Amino acid sequence: MDIDFIINVLYAMIRTGTPLLIVALGELVCERSGVLNLGQEGMMLVGAVCGFIVAATTGSLFLGVLAAMLAGCLMALLFGLVALGLSATQVATGLALTILGAGLSAFIGESFVGQTVLGFKALPIPLLSEIPLLGPLLFNHDVLVYLSFGLFAGVIWFLRSTRAGLMLKAIGETPESATAVGLPVMRVRYLAVLFGGAMAGLAGGYLSLAYTPLWAEGMTAGRGWIALALVVFASWRAERVMFGAYLFGLASILHLIVQGMGVSISSNLLAMLPYVVTILVLVLLSSDKARVRLYAPMSLGKPFHRTQ
Amino acid sequence: MFKVEKRPVESRLMGYLSPVLAAVLTLVSGALLFLLLGQSPLEGLYTFFVMPLSDLYGLSELGVKAAPILLCAMGLAVCYRAKVWNIGAEGQLLFGALIGSWAALQLLQVEGAWVLPLVLLAGALGGMFWGLIPALLRTHFNTNEILTTIMLNYIALNVLLYGVHGPLKDPDGYNFPESALFSESTLLPTLLDGTRVHIGVLFALLAVAVVWVLLSRTFIGFQIRVLGLDSRAAHYAGYNEKRLVIFVLMLCGGLAGLAGVLEVTGPIGQLVPQVSPGYGYAAIIVAFLGRLHPVGILLASLLMALVYMGGEMVQIELGLPQALTGLFQGMLLLYLLACDFLIHYRIRLGGRATASVAAPVSEGA
Repeated sequence: MDIDFIINVLYAMIRTGTPLLIVALGELVCERSGVLNLGQEGMMLVGAVCGFIVAATTGSLFLGVLAAMLAGCLMALLFGLVALGLSATQVATGLALTILGAGLSAFIGESFVGQTVLGFKALPIPLLSEIPLLGPLLFNHDVLVYLSFGLFAGVIWFLRSTRAGLMLKAIGETPESATAVGLPVMRVRYLAVLFGGAMAGLAGGYLSLAYTPLWAEGMTAGRGWIALALVVFASWRAERVMFGAYLFGLASILHLIVQGMGVSISSNLLAMLPYVVTILVLVLLSSDKARVRLYAPMSLGKPFHRTQ
Repeated sequence: MFKVEKRPVESRLMGYLSPVLAAVLTLVSGALLFLLLGQSPLEGLYTFFVMPLSDLYGLSELGVKAAPILLCAMGLAVCYRAKVWNIGAEGQLLFGALIGSWAALQLLQVEGAWVLPLVLLAGALGGMFWGLIPALLRTHFNTNEILTTIMLNYIALNVLLYGVHGPLKDPDGYNFPESALFSESTLLPTLLDGTRVHIGVLFALLAVAVVWVLLSRTFIGFQIRVLGLDSRAAHYAGYNEKRLVIFVLMLCGGLAGLAGVLEVTGPIGQLVPQVSPGYGYAAIIVAFLGRLHPVGILLASLLMALVYMGGEMVQIELGLPQALTGLFQGMLLLYLLACDFLIHYRIRLGGRATASVAAPVSEGA
């Protein structure tokens, strides 16, 4: 194994981990506000298909990305109206959103299956991309990967150092006390859900416009669900999401690595690796009940009723 | 103006009406959708919901499609009654189909009346095993069963694909990813000549009765309901929560596995990559729509089977995408959850709220 091979693998790992990173950041913010949205997969799919359709018809990747985020937001709004507005069970509403997203995306994308767009190209950053090893690894990506770096830093900063971030975390822990001191619980939760939707849409758009520039039914292949596990993996701490996302990225491309090394194992067996890894990670991290209680937002998944 | 107020007690009536309301809203949305697609709404709805049932063959197909959904939904209902969020019926169905197919292929040359029961048993056991995994993961490692069952769905699909592309592939099949055709003695007998309706439909009806008795007339059913209503109460009563979790997941796995093996030994007749068009996911909707009650689920499974057939029908007759099925499924569940609001709240016109428990919902509503 030479150094170029390793760099190639790590490069592919970042590309594969990027959609996971983006969607997990969105869900993390959402969960920190106390809302569990299991609809990530559905929002990603609708984002992916809308992004692709807009990019394919207008020829503008930028508009495609915007459409993907907007579509994710609209799906999230639907979740918010039912789960927050009508206080339905968050678990069931999230599931419904995923089922709806799968159906809706298959429906509106039907005539676009098989088409291709010219996806996002790698955009080497001058000077930085010429650093040995690190240059080709970190500074020779498409613009959405750079954006994911920025989002990662942004979410950490938001949760740690901004007033709004502290407010959001307080609401996620004890919405009753937060209301008592006058924080707008519902408004913040709606915004967190919408942010999660935009991120899921963006992650979907990354898949259909950069990672594999095409639309295929169910192309997210469980990434929305893996992102939910990723939030548990990160113990609801934004700093830890990136490591987790790239780890899962690595697990997803392991079959390429193995094939690259000339070992022949059924591709179907290797394709299940990311899912197996997800279960293993959940086992490792959930065993300690005290730890989960310590880190998970206390009001996570519980409906909130303002009483007067 | 409108005034939303919390009901002092849950409305039983709304509990029954909400699924009906959700179905009506889905129909109305469907009509609007057909209009948007440039079709006559009435013709669209007629093609989707009536035309599939216009002859005996159509009615028999309704049974063929409802049977696997019904089996899965029965198992899911037991899980959900215990507040065990099993999303894994799809994977349990696929794994049952895989193990059942493996058994059927081992017995290709064997004749006898015991062969088919053995194959069905293998399938049910396969599904049970696939349900046991998330159960043990939850009881021993405290993992969230929603995520593990979803992951196991993807894993089961990949194992099945490995099977049809690898060891179970028909050696004389020109390299198509399909198993050999099952032998006569491992195929389900049909109930009506000229249709595909098979004795699996009877198994599904039997499951309805069994689950109904289990939930309403047995001690373990009582324990399951208590666990779901208040896990602390179940704990204080000394019920073994771990055993109950394992029981409900294995029961659901067994029923879903049976559904899977019935598909491959019934309508399909061999193992193929596409065993289920998402029956295990549709069953989640059916379980909720049927209010987790066996009779309600029976009715809901027929509606869901019709939604599958309607999707095929509009594709044939009107050239619309079959994916309409998935869209209708999603709408149905989302509308149901929205309508369930009316179980706990009521909307009043004008007048003042009663003095009882009047709590406005939320500022977001």
